[in-house]
Amino acid sequence: MDGLGMKFKAFVYVTLKAGYSDPEGETTAHALRGLGYSVNDIRSSKAYEVTFEAADQAKSGKLVDEMCRRLLTNPTKDDYRFEISELK
Amino acid sequence: MKREDIRVLLMRAPGTNCDLETVRAFRHLGVQAELVHTQEVFKKKNLLDYNVLVFPGGFSYGDYVRSGAIWAKECEYRIGPELETFVDEGRPVLGVCNGFQQLVELGFLPAFEGKSKYPQAALANSSHGYQNRWIRMKYVGHGNCGMMGYLNPGQVIACPVAHGEGRFVFPKEGEAEMLRSLYDRDMLVWRYVGANGAFAEGCWPENPNGAFHDIAGICNPEGTVLGLMPHPERSYDGWLMPEWTREGLKRYGDGRAFYESIVKYTEKRF
Repeated sequence: MDGLGMKFKAFVYVTLKAGYSDPEGETTAHALRGLGYSVNDIRSSKAYEVTFEAADQAKSGKLVDEMCRRLLTNPTKDDYRFEISELK
Repeated sequence: MKREDIRVLLMRAPGTNCDLETVRAFRHLGVQAELVHTQEVFKKKNLLDYNVLVFPGGFSYGDYVRSGAIWAKECEYRIGPELETFVDEGRPVLGVCNGFQQLVELGFLPAFEGKSKYPQAALANSSHGYQNRWIRMKYVGHGNCGMMGYLNPGQVIACPVAHGEGRFVFPKEGEAEMLRSLYDRDMLVWRYVGANGAFAEGCWPENPNGAFHDIAGICNPEGTVLGLMPHPERSYDGWLMPEWTREGLKRYGDGRAFYESIVKYTEKRF
């Protein structure tokens, strides 16, 4: 296991790349319109809250990026971004 | 090798399905087919005792993260080297439905330049929600995929699909180039067609999930790893076909030819 030491929490957001149809978002938008809301569009996304350890701040970003590439996203269709904060 | 000596491994995991139907199809064709839990294979690391590997359909690990993703990564870190050797030696690997998703997540399909570190394609969620229906798929390969080599050119097989995530897509930016590669290297094996045999051209329900270019199944450049979304094992017997009461009962359904071709290829090749 890489870089044990400091504790961090990452919020990872996974969204569909532009151009890919999003049936979940479309269906949800339809339902909200049915409830009377003036919804133009919905793009669905996933969020993960990851608590982990890393040697330092710089390494923490690298590790989360790797987690995203290796499992949390499929680069064919997914975009991702994340925010990391150190846990005291 | 003799048909009765062929050993087929069907790995199952929490949430897989149609594994028993697939075992039955292979056994009926006279080979040894074993249904083994993935944890047992991880412990024994005996993948290379088998001649054919099959990842069945289903919803492994609840489709968490993405269909096939968790099982794929688990296979990667538990038996990655054995899997790579299996593929490198040209032993047939089949992935049906969830198995196809897994082979894509593992990087064994399409694997244009060998096994890819990250997926080069995706089986996205369907444009029409969960689809559980009969479809027709046409064999469009030209011989590269040896496993399908005993089918007639253009042969159409009717069988069910049952998935929420099965819409084959490439990255938008490389879509045209990757499709050309599939054709150039004879990696395009199955496409969805209508009742008249014409390609679905993206139209539902013939193309049940909005798959790019009506793609139902592809193989790797070597033709030894095959993945497809439809379930041929579910149309193995004549009484499983939807028209049998109208058109008369035949002993076998369309799906038998699919599995028979894999068995004949393995018999001849090894």
